[in-house]
Amino acid sequence: MSNALKTLLVTFCACIAVDLHAQQTRRDSSRVDTSGVRTLPGVTVSGSTFKEVIPSQKLSGEKLKSLNSFSVADAIRYFAGVQLKDYGGIGGLKTVDMRSMGTNHMGVFYDGIQLGNAQNGQIDLGKFSMDNIESISVYNGQKSDLIQSAKDYGSSGTLYLRSRKPVFDSLKNTNFKAVFKTGSFDLINPSILLERKLTRNINASLSSEYINSSGKYPFRYKRVFSGSGKTAWDTTAIRQNGDIAAERVETGLYGTLNGGGTWTTKAYFYNSEKGIPGAIVNNVWKRAQRQWDRNFFLQGSFMKNIINSYDIQVNAKYANDYLRYQNPDTTLLYIDNKFYQQEWYASVANKYSLTKRININLATDLQYNTLKSNMDGFVFPKRLTTLVALAAAGDFGKLKMQASLLGTFIRERITTGNTSIGDSAISAPAKNEWTPAVFLSFKPFAKSDLNFRAFYKNIFRMPTLNDLYYTDLGNINLQPEFTHQYDIGVAYTKSFPKSIVNEWHIQSDLYYNQVTNKIVAVPKGSGMYRWMMMNFGYVEILGLDIISDLAFALPANIALNFRATYTYQKAQDFTIRKSTDLQKLTWGGQIPYIPWHSGSIISSIRYGNWRLNYSFIYVGERYHNSANIPENYEQPWYTSDLSASRIFSYKKYNFKIAGELNNVMNQDFEVVLNYPMPKRNFKIILSVEL
Amino acid sequence: MRKYTLFQLVMLLLCLSSCRKDIEVLMNEDSSLEPPSFDGYAGFYLLNEGNMGSNKSTLDYFDYTTGTYQRNIYGARNPTVAKEMGDVGNDIAIYGNKLYAVINASNKVEVMDARTAKRIGQIEIPNCRYIKFDNGYAYITSYAGPIEINPNYAQKGYVAKVDTLTLQVVSKCIVGYQPDELEITNGKIYVANSGGYMGAGNTEKYERTVSVIDLASFKEEKRIDVAYNLHHIKVDKRGDLWVTSRGDYKKLPSRLYFIDKDQQQVTDTLPIAVSEFFLDGDSLYTYSTEWSYVTHSNVITYGIVNTRTREVVTRSFITDGTDKQIEIPYGIMVHPVTKNIYVTDAGNYVSPGMLYCFTKDGKKKWSVRTGDIPAHFVLLPQ
Repeated sequence: MSNALKTLLVTFCACIAVDLHAQQTRRDSSRVDTSGVRTLPGVTVSGSTFKEVIPSQKLSGEKLKSLNSFSVADAIRYFAGVQLKDYGGIGGLKTVDMRSMGTNHMGVFYDGIQLGNAQNGQIDLGKFSMDNIESISVYNGQKSDLIQSAKDYGSSGTLYLRSRKPVFDSLKNTNFKAVFKTGSFDLINPSILLERKLTRNINASLSSEYINSSGKYPFRYKRVFSGSGKTAWDTTAIRQNGDIAAERVETGLYGTLNGGGTWTTKAYFYNSEKGIPGAIVNNVWKRAQRQWDRNFFLQGSFMKNIINSYDIQVNAKYANDYLRYQNPDTTLLYIDNKFYQQEWYASVANKYSLTKRININLATDLQYNTLKSNMDGFVFPKRLTTLVALAAAGDFGKLKMQASLLGTFIRERITTGNTSIGDSAISAPAKNEWTPAVFLSFKPFAKSDLNFRAFYKNIFRMPTLNDLYYTDLGNINLQPEFTHQYDIGVAYTKSFPKSIVNEWHIQSDLYYNQVTNKIVAVPKGSGMYRWMMMNFGYVEILGLDIISDLAFALPANIALNFRATYTYQKAQDFTIRKSTDLQKLTWGGQIPYIPWHSGSIISSIRYGNWRLNYSFIYVGERYHNSANIPENYEQPWYTSDLSASRIFSYKKYNFKIAGELNNVMNQDFEVVLNYPMPKRNFKIILSVEL
Repeated sequence: MRKYTLFQLVMLLLCLSSCRKDIEVLMNEDSSLEPPSFDGYAGFYLLNEGNMGSNKSTLDYFDYTTGTYQRNIYGARNPTVAKEMGDVGNDIAIYGNKLYAVINASNKVEVMDARTAKRIGQIEIPNCRYIKFDNGYAYITSYAGPIEINPNYAQKGYVAKVDTLTLQVVSKCIVGYQPDELEITNGKIYVANSGGYMGAGNTEKYERTVSVIDLASFKEEKRIDVAYNLHHIKVDKRGDLWVTSRGDYKKLPSRLYFIDKDQQQVTDTLPIAVSEFFLDGDSLYTYSTEWSYVTHSNVITYGIVNTRTREVVTRSFITDGTDKQIEIPYGIMVHPVTKNIYVTDAGNYVSPGMLYCFTKDGKKKWSVRTGDIPAHFVLLPQ
């Protein structure tokens, strides 16, 4: 055990025992039980004595597999209250905006530890292939586990990605899986997974994949004459410079301790080169910009019950990220910028049970970030972030609650980097913020699974290092951008053991958010597209999320699952402007790219070894600017995706063959202005498991 | 039975997909602003730049004969042009019967009929910036000169000579790094070199010269040293040149320089910052937006310079307080007859701006919404 502990101190790892237990329970059930009812997503964490105060939205297991998702970003579109900004194609940037508060307010955790990007705060979810992802959970406000790191309290909304963990039945000590995907965009995507039981207490896994795609797809723009509806112009072209070649390798060790407790370590490596296809504008149908990404991290987690009422969780991580952006277009400004980021992170969380009903969590996190670049005029910032979170959770039968207070203390220093003599190079002032959150859940009837919930949370996002220090654009006087979230909701689950409708679950939340001190780029000086980051904006969001799941058990062992989500968001820009006339144009306007109405449907039918999935996404009309005028109007879009799969066994091998058809209606649409999305496309997936 | 429901749903979705409407070409929106007037000009065009990547460079037209402002006329006049006018309009001019719009990020000069704004054709020039004319030829500056093999990958700009009948580039003359505005006078082309791509990290890397090209031979003759990061250049009625510098956006401020036509060198510097100017007779109307690292806001100034005495006549030509409403002044024009002053406000660059019309006394006559980043004017003679 002490050896294991030492290993942990160097590495650390991932998961909370309770959570691990829950995972395994769910995993086992989804494996063993291939015909019956599955646990409906997001209701509770099974295996835990304490139900989460606020349930998350979760997609896992078969439901997650039923989506034609290539990357995590594709799957995210099926969550309520979440908007994906997608620049199109396999290599295109894909970021998530939760409840219209902005991409930078979303924390993304991979196997329990946050993925960082201190430089621009942007996590490109397109980089995370679904190949090795087992579950995706989205939390509004924060996760309310009894023990968690301070960073788990630190975002307005959080996305938890969980990679596959080795599980062995009593007869096996090795799992092997190989998958090959191919299809549109000249996609070639082989991957392998190897899992092995090393000792009674330690499992290991290795997962790797390679992605290669030309990124070429036809797209079409068309306009008609107003009135007559006759075609004014209609043009089809092939998306160029969207190619990608990427490798991912990740390996993990998963251990349990004899005296109770768990540890995991994980190493992750991602390397890619891709083209940046750019905006399609008049007379420019091809661009030349390239981007290279290299991400490496090593992380570990350790969790143990020390004495009866005291648990400890330790997390640690080192990350090393390289980004190179090149503009080789000889008619434009030549750019070949390289950015090097490093992150060191450690967290200790302590859970102490005051009574059976009241638990206290005290977590302290330390994080150190550095950023360097070869860019002219660049300063090299270093940021030390200390987080202290104190949370109390109470379970009083019908009423459950959690209150937390997070202290964030940030110190920055810079070295002069590539600045020339005489340039000012000053670091941003230190920041100390205290932010509270309160969560309540009330279950009025013992026999009925009806829950009411409410929360308030105040949190902020720090200006990114680019916001503060980027050459010419950065502003060291930036203040954090705050959000205030108010949410009330209800969840109801009902089972009908002998009916065709097997189970029904519905949950809905009504929320009001404010984003204050919003960091926006404002014009600076004159000419040459110069900008300055300023705390300038103010946004109010009124929203409604509804999620409903239905499970049917039909005759002849046909299982039908159905999930629908609906989101309403009124996200208004109330930024005060100098010009009253211009303010009238943007005042109260729906903020860019947020639809008033959006929704999704996931359905699947399983019969024997066959499985048929249909999914649908609807994104209603939007504007690409707060000035909601016809020039800025963006059409609604909706896509239907279909897939069919069959599993079969040969000797001791299990095979699966699947075909996917995406954007079945061949709709021409854009998520972001001038970034056309693919028309109808297909994929074929072959997998073999041992 | 339940499967049937699902089937129905799928059919409904199919129907929905087919119900999506086609997008219509945007038609112009008109606002009546003043009574008709006939003071030598039929109207003026206002070119909106549009933010880079938005493909929203648009053309507005003010019709003096009706007093009507027509917003976004390009689509209405040219409904069959794919992807409209283009990305980032940087200059506009009329020569003969043709209207030329320099569309920087679309790598072309859009050529239209001056009266109708109907498209005639386009001149392909990568990263084109400004345009002037002489004797049947258009001269257009471009940042995209030939590539030199050197570790710093520096790329000089050029001036393209274009036959206005055939719209073909007939010759090119290499000048300095990132040449901006040009002026033609007395048999020479004067080009303000900026070096804007070079100096971001190091002020010394900005260009600081005006290139002088002999019109007859179309060869660069010499350079006139002025100041770092030049932008605009204009000849006054005596043949002397007025040049603006952007400064280095740090310690070195924007300034206005005077080049004496006989000495062919800078003989005067006016201590005012100038982002853009318009010359009417001997009055050079200027404005400036400069970022202050002290107040963390844009410092906006206006002024009129007398080009004869080379003195600042006034520091405010907007007299009724409307200047406090202007977020980012971005374009200026003075009507040569009525002396009405037109100033645009680019706002936040990503949403529509405003056009203000002031009387010659600086009192606001009217204002109207424009496209995104309203910037460049050209008057259409009657």
